[in-house]
Amino acid sequence: MALPARWSKNAEVTDSTDEVMEIQMGPSHPASHGTIKFNLKLDGERIVDCDVEVGYLHRGFEKMCEQGTWTQCFPYTDRLNYASPCINNVGFALAIERLLGVTAPERCQYARVIMSEVHRLADHLTCLGMAAGEVGAQSVMFYMMEAREFLYDLVEAVTGARLTVTWCRAGGITRDLPADLGARFALAFSHLDGILSDCDKLLSRNRVFIDRMADIGVMAADEAISYGLSGPLLRASGVAYDVRKAHPYLVYDRFEFEVPTGSKGDNYDRFNVRFQEMYESKRIIEQAMRALPEGPIALDDPRIVLPPKERVYNSIEGLMNHFKLIMEGIKVPAGEVYQAVEGSNGELGFYVVSDGSGRPYRVRVRPPCFLGMGALSRMLVGHMIADIVATFGMINMIGGECDR
Amino acid sequence: MLLNRLKERFGADIVAAESARDEETIVIARERALDLMRALRDEEAFAFDFLADLTAVDWPARAPRFDVVYHLHSIKLGHRLRVKVATGEPDPSVSSVAELWKSANWLERECYDMFGIRFDGHPDLRRILMYDSFEGHPLRKDYPVNRRQPMVPETDPILNPLRPSR
Repeated sequence: MALPARWSKNAEVTDSTDEVMEIQMGPSHPASHGTIKFNLKLDGERIVDCDVEVGYLHRGFEKMCEQGTWTQCFPYTDRLNYASPCINNVGFALAIERLLGVTAPERCQYARVIMSEVHRLADHLTCLGMAAGEVGAQSVMFYMMEAREFLYDLVEAVTGARLTVTWCRAGGITRDLPADLGARFALAFSHLDGILSDCDKLLSRNRVFIDRMADIGVMAADEAISYGLSGPLLRASGVAYDVRKAHPYLVYDRFEFEVPTGSKGDNYDRFNVRFQEMYESKRIIEQAMRALPEGPIALDDPRIVLPPKERVYNSIEGLMNHFKLIMEGIKVPAGEVYQAVEGSNGELGFYVVSDGSGRPYRVRVRPPCFLGMGALSRMLVGHMIADIVATFGMINMIGGECDR
Repeated sequence: MLLNRLKERFGADIVAAESARDEETIVIARERALDLMRALRDEEAFAFDFLADLTAVDWPARAPRFDVVYHLHSIKLGHRLRVKVATGEPDPSVSSVAELWKSANWLERECYDMFGIRFDGHPDLRRILMYDSFEGHPLRKDYPVNRRQPMVPETDPILNPLRPSR
């Protein structure tokens, strides 16, 4: 294979920058957490054109969901945005419940709110920590990972797993919140408060950090809406759209919280919005813990919820009930529903179609960071190659969710 | 109610309308889809400025085989609407709405990738999640879940890029 002439040793060396250079960044690059490829056209270090290539983590989530029962899809949803699996679980469970026409018990709804917000905190800590580390603030990354660790201990105490929790079911949750959860929150939050205040001091008015983030990747409000951005990316552009406020689900309408917004829509605003949202999540958790009612954690409906193990092992009715639900699945009435929840990256939508059998006919996920990646090229053109890292970090692309 | 207002405004262009589980759905004809979508976006009474999602559902037994499903949302007015456009074999295609909402660019590419539905007027209709040499469209119901495809041969990424950039 012959090399292009300009690469030969005898080629004339010039300093001219009028030639556009093509560079492929990725798919495996140390500064991009996630497998993604940028096909760049560069003029010097300036980005002339950027073609973003996703799909390296495509595993056929939507196809797999059509193969098993509704309940068997829950482990798959964990692996969408693996930094906040409970929110995915909750979204999918709510979609099934709306198709079934049932509502989960009060205590279950509060528990779902609490765990969603814990995972929003964990997700924002991951996103901000990683992004800060990638632009050079390595210590912030370690501090935030430490704070996340306390939250993961909490998640472990509640769900029994740290990452792939599979905690929700149609009609309820698998395990009740532990009795000492209040004390655990107090411990986790006492660490979190200190770490957040440290990181705030380290970053928010740090000259180097602001230079790397401010005025990079600016998106005006109408453009951000047109690109389908949601969550922190849209709110950074000044649009106060939050699914928890606009279309409240679970019991979010009972809590007081603010929707932080930015003004310019640059990376620094995105950073700030995420940072402020962590305080709001904390507020929601504290209110929900105070108001947490007693009661069952799942519906008492043998067509939807598995019987307790004592009944399965000690009575024929329980055994048959278990067998039918496991082998045939929940019989969800035919129909379709689009359930949006506020994921940590934005509007996480589940469009599910049932044909009345025990298996989903179609499960579609609206992945918020996929739309963010669609806008990335527009955000980057005109900036320097080093700005890719900061902008990409603020979009918080999670391969599992983007590529499914 | 949104559905009544839509029927009043668009009349016979709406093939079917349904309200179920607090969600409103309209089915519109394929030929008029782009005009209607533009009206839905631009008219004050509807103001659907946000294309939340675009996907398709495959019904192999039905005559027009695919439903292309749009989930519209108005951030201004706070309402939602599901719009369906049916299209079928031998050449499943609908008009692209990428000129109306920029989010449609990637969403339509994914829909094309997964279902093989062509979006006429799309600026850059390529596969997005699967690779270029992939055969078939995996989310069609007749694509077997356990079908294997040959590995992509390793090539020099610079001399022979797997996917030429735009």
